[in-house]
Amino acid sequence: MIRIFHNSKYEFVRHWRLAAGLTAAFIAAGLVTFAITGSVNYSIEFTGGTLMQVEFKQAPDVGVIRSTLDKAGITGAEIQQFGTPTEYTIRARDEKQVEAQAAGAEGISKQIETALNSQFGAGAMRVVRTEAVGPKVGAELRQGAFLAMIITSILTMIYLGIRFDWRFGLAAVLSTAHDILVTFAFIKMMNLEVSLTVVAAILTLLGYSANDTIIIFDRVREDLRKRTKGESMAAVLDRAINETLPRSVMTHATTLAATLALLFFAGEVIRPFAWVMAFGVFVATFSSIYVAGPLLLYIESKFPRAASEAAGRAMRDPGTPPATAPTKPRANERAGAR
Amino acid sequence: MANLKYRVLLIVGLLAASAWTLFPRTVIERVKRDGVFVYDTVKRVPLKRGLDLQGGMHLTLEVDESKQAVADKSEALDRALKVVRQRIDEFGVAEPVVQKVGDERLIVELPGIDDAARAQDVVQKSAFLEFQITDKTQALEKSVARFDEIARAAGITTGDKLGGDTIRKTGVTSLLTQKTDSTATDSAKAAGATGTDTTTKAPAQTGGLFASNVQPGQLPGMYIIPETAYSAFERAFALQAIQDAMPPGKVVRWGVDSLVNGTQRFRAFYMLDSRPIITGEVLTDARPSTDPVEGNVVQFTLNNEGARRFKVETGKHVRDNMAIVLDQRVVTAPVLNSAIGRNGQITLGGGSLQAAQDLALVLRAGALPVPLKVAEVRSIGASLGQDSINKGAVALVISLLLIVTIMIGYYRFAGMLAVGGLALFLIYTLAMLAGFQAVLTLPGLAGFVLSIGIAVDANVLIFERIREELDHGKSVRLSIDEGFKHAMSAIVDTSATTILSGMVLYQYGTGPVRGFAVTLIAGLVASLFTAIFVSKTFFLLWMNRSRGAQTLSI
Repeated sequence: MIRIFHNSKYEFVRHWRLAAGLTAAFIAAGLVTFAITGSVNYSIEFTGGTLMQVEFKQAPDVGVIRSTLDKAGITGAEIQQFGTPTEYTIRARDEKQVEAQAAGAEGISKQIETALNSQFGAGAMRVVRTEAVGPKVGAELRQGAFLAMIITSILTMIYLGIRFDWRFGLAAVLSTAHDILVTFAFIKMMNLEVSLTVVAAILTLLGYSANDTIIIFDRVREDLRKRTKGESMAAVLDRAINETLPRSVMTHATTLAATLALLFFAGEVIRPFAWVMAFGVFVATFSSIYVAGPLLLYIESKFPRAASEAAGRAMRDPGTPPATAPTKPRANERAGAR
Repeated sequence: MANLKYRVLLIVGLLAASAWTLFPRTVIERVKRDGVFVYDTVKRVPLKRGLDLQGGMHLTLEVDESKQAVADKSEALDRALKVVRQRIDEFGVAEPVVQKVGDERLIVELPGIDDAARAQDVVQKSAFLEFQITDKTQALEKSVARFDEIARAAGITTGDKLGGDTIRKTGVTSLLTQKTDSTATDSAKAAGATGTDTTTKAPAQTGGLFASNVQPGQLPGMYIIPETAYSAFERAFALQAIQDAMPPGKVVRWGVDSLVNGTQRFRAFYMLDSRPIITGEVLTDARPSTDPVEGNVVQFTLNNEGARRFKVETGKHVRDNMAIVLDQRVVTAPVLNSAIGRNGQITLGGGSLQAAQDLALVLRAGALPVPLKVAEVRSIGASLGQDSINKGAVALVISLLLIVTIMIGYYRFAGMLAVGGLALFLIYTLAMLAGFQAVLTLPGLAGFVLSIGIAVDANVLIFERIREELDHGKSVRLSIDEGFKHAMSAIVDTSATTILSGMVLYQYGTGPVRGFAVTLIAGLVASLFTAIFVSKTFFLLWMNRSRGAQTLSI
């Protein structure tokens, strides 16, 4: 039997200062990049504008593409190589161009296609993808994405509040919020394009990060029940983290395998999504140990449990198992205490 | 034991149901064969691919209120939807979606479309057809001075900026003195008359917008301006004062295309009787056709009422020009040689046969009740879609291989049970997607790959717990029982939070992101079932076979 981190006795919680320093530095670095480069790199869906992915027969000269577009009146377009040397993306989203799309989103893409066709000759290139979004739709999508994040956070918080003691719930939500912040910093530093798919990745992370924290807290809840007299909360936490460590590592490995496969093999379109997921999975594991734990300790120290509460609320059984579960419940509560 | 039998029965039953759902079946589909759409039976796995995977076009349309406010947008959109749907059906798209979203938007999805621009044109064209007689009373010439005054008051004077002298010279001289062109004679005389008639002679001669740019065209009521002055004229015609100063019963309409003469480009506009003889509403049929003389044409048929009116009106206007106006642009303005009855044709000039086909199509389907504008377009080439599928499949296979290696390498026998569960998970998830007719998108593929990782997590939780219980010296049977029991709450909680995120994503996402949410939710539901129920059954089966096993390879 191969075993990793078996019976480990690391004192995780003791190093919370170092961990806090690290994430604070990371977030600060993100903020600094944000301050230097200014805005977030939003995708066309959010900014409004036109994106065209064009495939050329032969690798073209970027300068020629640019001058062609300039001549056609599409100034300030962002031209980028996309995957292979013959494929390029063109993003036209000057304020003026976006505004022009209020009257009809397709105008700019037609202009670009006509200009490129007359420059390179018909058949020398073809448009494989077009996205044109009017300013109104862009603004609505932005709002929707923002709303989705807020609502997911609130729902997660309510769920955790119901399933756990409020102290656990608060710690879990704060740690999840931390993950989102760190992920934002990562996105900013990598200069990843924030598209709807990336928002989807962030929302999935919200769930995933709550997962990791839940699994450790679930164990803390259980260990609290068999807490020996005089054992500190920190010791209980450390024990729970150590006990779940093999699982954390294994799960991290399998999920990472899946996201890395996406990152390297699923192509250019999905890559920003895969980056965010890969990083997020790592951060979720880190934060459930180093952020959620110390936060719980802090909250417990500020709002200590009354003796009766300790026997009651905090030790409340996780509730009824789902219908599919084998039903021989409750008896194990004693057995589990061993 | 009976319990175990039912468990196995349920799993096998679900597997059979899934296999049935996923089995390639014959469906009747509209497919393209040699450029023609035919209904055909095709055999395929009933999994729908999204536009980003099969290529196609997504359009979001809004009511265009830039010219005219629309009182009841929702009702107008309902009518527009019918027209758009009919046009698309005739255009021939395999499985189109035309949908009203809220009260303000139409969504049109056209899978497998290869000519996006053309499709969009067919959807969006208002197709409002009018037949109007061109003006032959020199109404414009009489108003030139007045128009110039108004334009100047509004600050619209192109002539001066662009080296006014030369333009003025060509404009005015041609208008006043050019006599070689026979059709220009009348207008030239008229322009002269304008000069003497009006008291505002002076400004006209210092080069007003109209006086310096307008030249008469080759038929009465048609005028030509240089392309460079087009935007200035557009602005001028939009002025309320010009509208008010229009000769009574007349309107100005632009021609469809710009004209090229040597190196110079021109635009044509027409002065027309504002009352149309008939409109497209009385049209019963329109067919594309090729005429040896005229080139590509659209032949139309009118209903009884329309035919009667058309005959009377055209009879009154023999030898006049009748402009055929589509969406307020003049397509052609042929001379009426005699009265026209039920059948007529629209000459497209140099238009292609395809243009004739499209025009006939939109005329048949009828005019849009309100103009629509595009709020959003996404179009993806079929090759890019196929590329995404291939890459997604590669990523899927590789992640599966990695996960299988990790699980079997680390958990040995138990890992194999988990992999068995994973296989069932894949089938169940796909079946669920097919059953709910969910659309598989590229982010959806990513969600699928991700849900595999999460599905394995449940197994990891259980196995680690079983190991712990074994460490505590419990028997194999008891350890397995305890392991499943204790891992349960964590598995349920984690799935629940992720499903919550998935549901919010579904609510707020569009197209591809919805696909992601659906696969993620389906994956989580399937993983809950396989981890808790299927894996447990596998363990029970194993224990049943090797009763009294003292060790477990985990």
